Amino acid sequence: MFKRVLVANRGEIARRVIRGCRELGIEAVAVFSEADAEALHVREADHAVAIGPAAPRDSYLKLDAVLEAARASDADAVHPGYGFLSENADFARAVAAAGLTFVGPAPEAIEAMGHKARARERMEQVGVPVVPGSGLLASEGEAVRAAVAIGYPVMIKAAAGGGGIGMAPAADENALRRALKSARARAESAFGDGSLYLERLVSGARHIEVQIAADRAGHTVHLFERECSLQRRHQKVLEEAPSPAVGPALREALGDAALRAARAINYATVGTVEFLLGADGAFYFMEMNTRLQVEHPVTEATTGIDLVVLQLRLAAGEPLPVEQAAISPRGHALELRVYAENPDKNFLPSPGTIERLRWPEGEGVRVDAGVEEGTVVTPFYDPLLAKLIVSGDRRERSIERALAALECTEIEGVHTNLSLHAEILRDAAFRRGETTTHFLGQLVAARRR
Amino acid sequence: MATEVEAQITGNIWKIERAAGDTLAEGEVILIMESMKMEIPVEAPCGGTLREVRVAEGDAVEEGAILALID
Repeated sequence: MFKRVLVANRGEIARRVIRGCRELGIEAVAVFSEADAEALHVREADHAVAIGPAAPRDSYLKLDAVLEAARASDADAVHPGYGFLSENADFARAVAAAGLTFVGPAPEAIEAMGHKARARERMEQVGVPVVPGSGLLASEGEAVRAAVAIGYPVMIKAAAGGGGIGMAPAADENALRRALKSARARAESAFGDGSLYLERLVSGARHIEVQIAADRAGHTVHLFERECSLQRRHQKVLEEAPSPAVGPALREALGDAALRAARAINYATVGTVEFLLGADGAFYFMEMNTRLQVEHPVTEATTGIDLVVLQLRLAAGEPLPVEQAAISPRGHALELRVYAENPDKNFLPSPGTIERLRWPEGEGVRVDAGVEEGTVVTPFYDPLLAKLIVSGDRRERSIERALAALECTEIEGVHTNLSLHAEILRDAAFRRGETTTHFLGQLVAARRR
Repeated sequence: MATEVEAQITGNIWKIERAAGDTLAEGEVILIMESMKMEIPVEAPCGGTLREVRVAEGDAVEEGAILALID
């Protein structure tokens, strides 16, 4: 096992990884930008290294600075968390070249899934269902012909893409022609590659993802699904496990497809395969996130498996400690992402100083926070302040507990989306489990009226 | 009397889309701010002529800062 792991991240996930290291008796080294010198993750680590100015590209995204911190602190492994350098194949390669272990997949696996169009092709080859779509589009004329063959409405996607960049729906030919130009420009500037392709727009869809884990000997298990349909601006807001829309047969089919996807790229760590689930029960591969997910705690709460500890063990070359048959989901868990944003001002980000803070406590309540009273929430990083993870023996119970937890939560000094969470949890359609990817947009629109 | 265009949030100036002297219609985007990984377009609150853009790309601004003037 490792002696010392450098945690190449900040906020709640850096703290989460430090806790995982502690569990295994590993020393944790934090890195921090000038804006984070006072941060919780810096104080909680055994060592901390300053890596540069506040702007991410000058610190947390700066490959050389992070690598140098790992070398200087004599770490034997690097855990990237999520975001930042976590899905950067060059970083994974540089870590290995420096003689350290990257706590994540091989660079080839990151690349295989990073290019969305190629990943789609690979999945088709191994029998994982993909949304009916086109190949790469050489011209506007080809796009129009492809759209007719697929059937409107269609979704334009960037081949090299991710994070919703370059994505646009088109209901008809005029909309398609208009949207193509801007999508190409957006993809070009974000990825240096303006290649686009089309997919059929799956209506009434849910976003369902499957947690998987694999070891170097090729053993794979899945840890069931998470329902992540509640999103705004391609950002997840509330997740749960299990999904109210997934029964035993579908669960098994999703798990099988996720494992086929992982095996196709010789995956050997924890990861997540994302699917679109249509109203008709058909599901399609969307993408694979080759890292730990923000919403991993709902899987931990319903399987009893610590995913960070598992990830560290797998990175150290240990075999999977469990067989598929020995894993069974129990109960239900919700994750409420607490963002510094203002629901009354069109969800504008809300930087500021946290003047007062009280987190909920009690049975079935876990808080993964990156902030404390006095923390200055800066405009440099994403607005995630904390995650409230609430579990119970069944869905109704975790919803009631989550509402009670929200009542006990106080955050002053910055605006947050706590009130939106309360509205979601009280919503009749949500309670019936009727959540598609349109749910939150409709709820927010109704709120404005 | 010029109309002041204020920053609605603390953040950075990511992209300036229009220049002094441009004619603007109400709601047209003058510049794009960035805060917490989000792009926030700053629109003209009224139609007119853009007299001055007081910020440059990359500048950090506080909420309430005056970004531009419209005549």
